[in-house]
Parts: sequence; C-alpha cells; structure tokens
Amino acid sequence: MALTLSPGDRAMLSGELGEADAMAMRLLAGLAEASGARRLIDISSAHIDGTLYLGRASLDYAARLRDLGGRVRVPTTLNVSSLDLLHPELFRGDDRTRRAARATMQAYVDMGGRPTWTCAPYQLPDRPGFGDRVAWGESNAVVFANSVLGARTIRFGDFVDIAAALTGRAPEIGLYLDENRRAGVRFDVSGIPEHARKTDEFFGVLGFLVGREAGMDVPVITGIESAAEDQMKVMGAAAASSGSVGMIHVVGVTPEADTLAEAAGGFEPRLVKVTADDLDAAYRALCSTAGRTTLRTVNLGTPHYSARQIARLDRLLDGRQIHEDVTLYVNTGRDVLRSAPRIPDLEALGVVFVVDTCTYVTRIIEPPADRKAAAMTDSAKWAYYAPGNLGLEVVFGSTADCVESAVAGRVIREIGPWRKR
Amino acid sequence: MAQKVNGTGIRLEGRPVSAGGAEGVSLVLDDPLSWWGGIDLSDGTVIDRNHPQFGAGTTGRILILPYGRGSSNGSAVLAEVIRSGTGPAGLVLQAADPILVVGVMAAAELYPDRPCPLVIVEEGYDLLSTGRPTRIHPDGAVEQDAYGR
Repeated sequence: MALTLSPGDRAMLSGELGEADAMAMRLLAGLAEASGARRLIDISSAHIDGTLYLGRASLDYAARLRDLGGRVRVPTTLNVSSLDLLHPELFRGDDRTRRAARATMQAYVDMGGRPTWTCAPYQLPDRPGFGDRVAWGESNAVVFANSVLGARTIRFGDFVDIAAALTGRAPEIGLYLDENRRAGVRFDVSGIPEHARKTDEFFGVLGFLVGREAGMDVPVITGIESAAEDQMKVMGAAAASSGSVGMIHVVGVTPEADTLAEAAGGFEPRLVKVTADDLDAAYRALCSTAGRTTLRTVNLGTPHYSARQIARLDRLLDGRQIHEDVTLYVNTGRDVLRSAPRIPDLEALGVVFVVDTCTYVTRIIEPPADRKAAAMTDSAKWAYYAPGNLGLEVVFGSTADCVESAVAGRVIREIGPWRKR
Repeated sequence: MAQKVNGTGIRLEGRPVSAGGAEGVSLVLDDPLSWWGGIDLSDGTVIDRNHPQFGAGTTGRILILPYGRGSSNGSAVLAEVIRSGTGPAGLVLQAADPILVVGVMAAAELYPDRPCPLVIVEEGYDLLSTGRPTRIHPDGAVEQDAYGR
C-alpha cells in the first residue's frame, strides 16, 4: 500500500509554507515511505530528543531548520541537553563543546520549544491523555507515554522529532496502530516472592531482562498486583535501554491491559517464566565490577527523579552526611527541583543536584585517577550506558544500597530482594 | 530473491531507503545495536560491552544488522559519524528501523557529498555474512562475494 500525502502535507513538501516545513516534511515523508506507512496523522504534542549535543550534526540540523524559519505547530517540550544551565560549573567539557551545546539548545528554544530540559516530560503538569497521538522522543518517555498514559507515539529519534513538531504530522506506523500494540511476549513473574515484586530494584532488573528478551515484540507482564508510576518509569527506561521496547503492558495495571486477552488482542503470546535465577543473572549483568574498588560517585535519577523519589532519598539519608570521598549526584528536572521541599537541606548533606542534563550523557563526573574506581547507581539505564559512555566501572544496586554506600564511602550491596525472606 | 553470482557469491534484492551505491567489507552485527552509547564517535568502534561485536570497527564497513535498538539519540550519532568520516560505508537492515533510517536521511540532507546508502533486505537477509567484499547498488540490490579478498 503506497503512501498518500494529504493536500496539507503536499503544500508543505512543495515549500509553499516555507523552507523549514519543506525540509521537515521531506524527512517525515521519507521515513513514512521507508516504513510502509499509508498516511501521516496529526499529533497533539511533541517532546524533542535532539536537544542533546552529540556532535556537529546535532547543531547543524537544528540550526538549519531554525534559520529556514522553523516554528513548532504543537506544544513542544525539550529533553535533556549536555549542559546544566542552573549549575553551569558542573560541566567539565571543553569550551567549544559548551558553546556548540548551548547553540543547539537555543535553536530549539528559538523554534518555540519550552525549555523544560527533562527526560521525564510525564512529570510535567500538562501530560497527554489516553488515546492522544503525540510525537515523543527519548526512549524512556516513549515507553511511559504508551504504557502508563495510554497515549500513542512511536520511538521518535533526533531530527524526526522536531520535524513532527514543526509540521504537526507523523507517519502512521508502529505503536500508533492498534495491531502493533498487541503483546507478543508474556513475562510471568508470579514465581517471584510478593514482597520482592514491590521493590523498585525488582522493576529495574525486570525491565533490563524484558528489554533483552522481547526483541521486536510488545511485552506484557503478568503477576504484578500494582506498580507505582516511578516503578513503571524505572522498568520502561531499563527495557528501552537493553532492547527496542516502546511499550509494556502490565495486566491489571496499565490502561490497555485489564486482562491478558485484552493486552494480547486475543492472540497467545509466547511465555517467559521469570525466575529468581534470571533476576540474579540480570542483576549481575548490570554491574561491570564486583565493587571491591574505590567508590567515587553515586548517580541517582536516570530518568530524572520525581519529587517522590527525592523525598525517599531524604528519608533514606536521614540526616547523614555523604562521605567526603564520594559525590552523590541526583539528576532531576528543573521543574521538580523548583517544587520539591528540603533541597537546601539535602545539599547541605552533600547531595549534588544536576538539572537539564544527566551525569551519563555529558562530562560532569571527574575522570577517576584510579581507573578502576567505581560509580554506583540505582538506575538500570545508567548502569547500562555509563561504562561505554564514560569508561567507568559500574555497580547497580537499590536506592538504599546507593545511599548506604555514599555515606560509608565504599560499595555496600545487598542481595536481590527476590533472595530475601 | 537470492541469486548466485560470481560462482558462489550472492545477490539479494533490497529496498533503497537512502539512495546511492557503496562498497566495502561486510560486518554482520549479530544483535541490534544502539548507535548512541554503542558506537565511539571518534573512531566508529562498537563500545557496547553487552554486544557480541564489542570492540569491532565499523568505519568504512558495509554494516549488516537486523534493526537498531535503545536510545532515540541514535539518529544523531549515526549522522555525526557520517559527517565526520568515521561512519559505515553503507547499511543493510532487515527492517526499516526509524532511528537509523532518519539518521541516514538527515545526513543526506545536511551532507549530500557524504552518501551512506541504507537498504532494507527482507528476503535472504540471513545469507549475508561477515568479512566479504560487499556492494550496495543504487537500485537497492546487495551483492556479496563468496570469499574475502
């Protein structure tokens, strides 16, 4: 079935509505054609992933669209960048990168993007509703929008995200379509002890495992009674790092999965029974070192911590000072930082808040003199990417493990909760 | 349909997504790869420690992989390696992964003098192997010699 463009799409493509729209529409129509889409559809909001500076191409594309007169047609939020504009001293990269990163951010603001600079746009007030078609980039936000909000988006990457925001259009492919939202693989976790199924680290490790095993199938999870939004966020981020997952159904929890039959659209998904051994193996795979090394940093908030997660950190820290040899970073959105209570108290204990960016995508962490020094994290996503991005050894643990380690100045890690009685 | 060429080489029909011809030695990635966090921008090496081809060089190769994975920043990383000259010579995918498709299309828009063709090969994809002289033709056909040179 060939692609049919609407008269409006064709007008944009022809350059009648300006050169920026034409350039954006060329990319959208090309992607639509390559992906076998039959048409483009309207989208009601966009979240732009291209704000992170990854090299000259990041800036070149945004600046070209801006210089051609590009202006967003739908409400548009902006993802993390490479810089923390509220704490600029945290950036350790060179000035050339700093300038190029700043220029990239500015190009998106000039086109009408809201300077939200967060990878968790679902923690902002105006989030999409059930059934809304949106164009979201940032893989963890994509999973959250599809799974938790019941909004619909494909995994938008850099460039095509802004193309959709400028035109208000997107190719009707992938998770926009009912048939592609059906679960093809079922992960049954009913064999895992109930108390473990309530912990955040279970969700992170499970997400990592789901991402690795799901392939191109939409996963559905059975055997979970409830999941907080923060737990869905942790699981989705992990699954979108280790795999191509864009949506996760949880039977009885997510809005398109009241029953297994509803999630799977009447088909029988292939079954993966998750065991404690599987979780142990995934837990181990998330650590690049056993942790018998110097601890230098602890990194929380990938994706950006919510106000609830900051409050939990506050409870776990319980007034204790971070060890002098360790820096504990909390990555969060500037909107969350503004509204969360007790930020100055936490800072006084040694917590370093990072906004607008994240410690695994840019140069904030000081390269360790001791190359084997470990970084610790409660994020499966951070653990997955940091060794490659930063050349650091990583230990994944629960938030409580991370806090105890940060206070003690050495790695303290308990066994997985599924092994506890 | 797969066809034998050069005695025992193969020729597969493909769908050109980003046009152009390319030639290079093939590298099959056994698992999907996330360009962002998976490829070193400075030299094109696979840096994802969980990937079976960890440590392999991708610059100038005809890269063959089922589809992309992970971060949606992959498009910009792919465009950037194409711009900087550390990118692959061309890409052969089994499915039209939007992240990679967009990466090559954006690069073609910005840097038309540095083509990196991308073709989709649905039938016969599994016949492609590593270390063979491989050609991508502008019509989307992929030809692979039987033996390395």
